[in-house]
Amino acid sequence: MFQFLQLFFTGLTIGSSYALAALGFSIIYNASGVINFAQGEFIMLGGMIAAFLSLAGVPLPVAVIAAVVLVGLVGLLVEKLAIEPAGKTDATGIVIVTIGVSMILRGLVEVTLDKKNHALPAFSGTTPISVLGATILPQSLWVMATTAVVVIALAVFFGRTRWGKGMLATAHNRIAAQLVGIDTKRVLLASFGLSAALGATGGILLAPIATTSYDVGIMLGLKGVVAATLGGLGSGVGAVAGGVLLGLVEAFTAGYVSSAYKDAVPFVLVLVILVVRPRGLFGLGPATRV
Amino acid sequence: MTSLSFPNLLEPRSPMRFVPLAILVAVLATLPFVLPNVWYFDVAIRIAANITVVIALNLLIGHCGQISLGHAGFFGLGAYGSAILTSLYAWPPMLALAATAIVVGLLAWLVAVAILRLQGHYLAMATLGLGIIVSIVLTNESAFTGGPDGMSVPDFAVFGLRIAGEKAWYWVFAGLVVAAVVFATNIVESPAGRALRALHGSEIAARVVGIDTASFKTRVFALSAVVAAVMGSLSAHYMGFITPGVAGFSKSVELVTMVVVGGLASVWGSVFGAALLTLLPDVLAHLEGWETLAFGMILVATMIFLPRGIVPSLVAFFTKKEG
Amino acid sequence: MKTSLAGLALALALTTTGSATLAADGPIRIGTVLSVTGPLAYLGDPAAKTLDLWVDRLNAAGGVLGRKLELVSYDDVGEASKANGLVKRLIDNDHVDVVIGSHSTGATMAMVPVVENAHMPLISPAGGAIIIDPVKKWVFKTPPTDRMAAERVYGHMKAKGITKVALLCETSGFGQSARKEAQAVAAGFGVSIVADEAFAPKDTDMVAQLTKIRDAAPQAVFVLGTNPAAAIVTKNYRQVGLTQPLYQAHSVTSQEYVDLAGAAAEGVVAPALPVVVFDDLPSSDPQYPRLADYVGAYRAKFGQDPAAYGASALDALLLYVDAVGRAGTTDRTAVRDALEKTSGFVTTASMVSLSATDHLGLKADTFRMIEVRGGKWHLAP
Repeated sequence: MFQFLQLFFTGLTIGSSYALAALGFSIIYNASGVINFAQGEFIMLGGMIAAFLSLAGVPLPVAVIAAVVLVGLVGLLVEKLAIEPAGKTDATGIVIVTIGVSMILRGLVEVTLDKKNHALPAFSGTTPISVLGATILPQSLWVMATTAVVVIALAVFFGRTRWGKGMLATAHNRIAAQLVGIDTKRVLLASFGLSAALGATGGILLAPIATTSYDVGIMLGLKGVVAATLGGLGSGVGAVAGGVLLGLVEAFTAGYVSSAYKDAVPFVLVLVILVVRPRGLFGLGPATRV
Repeated sequence: MTSLSFPNLLEPRSPMRFVPLAILVAVLATLPFVLPNVWYFDVAIRIAANITVVIALNLLIGHCGQISLGHAGFFGLGAYGSAILTSLYAWPPMLALAATAIVVGLLAWLVAVAILRLQGHYLAMATLGLGIIVSIVLTNESAFTGGPDGMSVPDFAVFGLRIAGEKAWYWVFAGLVVAAVVFATNIVESPAGRALRALHGSEIAARVVGIDTASFKTRVFALSAVVAAVMGSLSAHYMGFITPGVAGFSKSVELVTMVVVGGLASVWGSVFGAALLTLLPDVLAHLEGWETLAFGMILVATMIFLPRGIVPSLVAFFTKKEG
Repeated sequence: MKTSLAGLALALALTTTGSATLAADGPIRIGTVLSVTGPLAYLGDPAAKTLDLWVDRLNAAGGVLGRKLELVSYDDVGEASKANGLVKRLIDNDHVDVVIGSHSTGATMAMVPVVENAHMPLISPAGGAIIIDPVKKWVFKTPPTDRMAAERVYGHMKAKGITKVALLCETSGFGQSARKEAQAVAAGFGVSIVADEAFAPKDTDMVAQLTKIRDAAPQAVFVLGTNPAAAIVTKNYRQVGLTQPLYQAHSVTSQEYVDLAGAAAEGVVAPALPVVVFDDLPSSDPQYPRLADYVGAYRAKFGQDPAAYGASALDALLLYVDAVGRAGTTDRTAVRDALEKTSGFVTTASMVSLSATDHLGLKADTFRMIEVRGGKWHLAP
């Protein structure tokens, strides 16, 4: 029983970080219909910038906030300098642009910061908390709590605010949104800023547990995109559910089946779910292209 | 005068369409006499292998509008199929290659039936998953594959004739490039090909005029997988040693990048896209640590300034200027 | 046509160093294929720095046989297929006299058929025993094998009366090869393996595997992996409340591991090359003079401690220079023969003697047992 609980905590922690990554994908997918392959690099940037600021003696809370803001700005820059100018290419072309951007961001960090692994100090110590015989790190609670707060904040943003509703409207029907006076260009810009900041938050939260380096973005990005697909691209609920599901499945596979094949399970899951439910668990998505 | 200009040569219906093919054959036939050393042959072979895979992949992405992020998986299956059958079970290389290609073709066909009804990004995700599963299996089943450290592959031989050395292999790969170009051009120009292009434009429209879209997509998917597997087999024999990296996600992305940068639905785009992006790391090799950054910037710049890919964008540019 | 010509021109433009004339009194060209970027950058980076440093020093001292040394360096990004192409470039286009590289066993093995064919000496700083066992005519290797590491660790366990061990191995090339060796030699030390778990190099949480290991109740746990995963294992180890001795492999014996794992690293034991604990070595140690020279120069130039992987690359260069000195020429066949006759040569790792049947020349005691005390690696008592 306590092994089950232990695996559950592990899965929930990893799953929360996948959920944050998946939310980032979903926001940009909603605004542009594009899978942003640079999302993983936003996660990496958050962790790396925070780690370097902290190494340079900046107090942890300041380093964390500065990193989130900086990466948010990077997101805006990416949209302005790469995505928007490439407006003439088609969806596949934009995917290639995001792949190019991910290489630029990774390359920049590699050249300007370093190629080593870094661990950020844990936010509130490393003494494990014991729950019914299983243990959980305070940092894991930070990850879960922050994810929960972010999810609620996003729900309020998209459900209650004018900006959020505008972004959702754009996702459903771009031309109609333009007709009712929504500036869809600025929606796209905002979605990149928001996704980048979200990604950075995930990267920072995870850095004390998982460590960070210039190349962690690739794997985290992949897991995020799988989580988003599982849940249904573009669905916020789906992203969170997909992320948590992915984390739990990984943890239980490692614990009960085979740790060598743990990484294959999410991808098998994606294949199965897509065959059974082609739009993911919660996806509504646009109808067939005509 | 315009009939001799560059763009018309590339238009599928132009009477001058055989000129580029003739140039390609001429270039491929001359190269061995001008390449200064064996390493250049190696570069040429790697380019040729990529061109062949990318031409077939472009039929899928460009003409069917079906992005595959797992094609390196098929390449890897071909490479390891040949490696395992020839080295562990002493099969003749040609038989191993054929058997592997047939199995991969069947697998791809089965997968296609299951997943090709998915739309757009969901299909991309499904193929991505497939490719990664292949690479994880290759990495973990070390009793057969040697694990992440890889395995060696015996020399290739057909009917007792052993192919070894860059100069011999060059002719094999160059021949395959020409075959792929001819084959793809014919497909593109056949009624089936026009149907394929219709698919990229609008699937429903194609269905309305009586084209069995699902059957087309399935066959093209299987075909592109078989081509990737065959090139995987040959590359494995050529290199003499393979690691699971050949089946990795980044290799799949590389292949798609070649298709898009060269130009969707353009056979010649595939030739140039694959050639340029294969050469790029070698050109950048002296940049010491700046390669990733430079490669990324070139990718982004290409898509901004040549949004339809190199060949179609240039063709459009010249046509407009001269028309 | 224009475009094809441009392509051809581009292809020819690749010759950046290739057409250099090869006078006998020109520089001795040392080709390197190292993983300077990519997932193995932690290996390639210190190695590249070390070789730069040492070639400069040798040149400042007049070079070898009165000729300067020149490095021709390429980055394989940790990909074996890249290494296969780059070694061809080094041999055919850059006309190097020797090849040093690469750090992964896979990349080295991808170069082996090429150098064997071209009769080019290759000295590898990679770990896998497969590189020199069976012996390949043109291939040599500098660091001790994973099998030797396992033997040292089991020896240490045996002395402490430990017989029930759990293995926790990475699915990387290193982890899989080391796991095979660790399983193979266990019985010889009276060690039985009571649990055998795995993790992927990019995994961020190994609590699940460690929970299973805890249930198997081993007397010690032996982790075979690389950073950062091995450091995460260390943190998780304390988190799930495991208190048995924790052994790590030689692959994590750098300050980076201790920094990543923090307080959780205290008391961790591992086999390591002497360079890692240079500050603890008495000046009577056989490796001391060689290491004092290297560590001093490295610290002076880069302001940090050299890593074990850097020392292995240096040993490759030292072996080559020694062989060239004895051969009196850079003729590849003569140098290869001289390499094989290396006898009692002191490297940063050990005293090395090579032969036609041994292209490594090291024993398990090359590894020193070390442990983390007060946030630093020290010789284990």
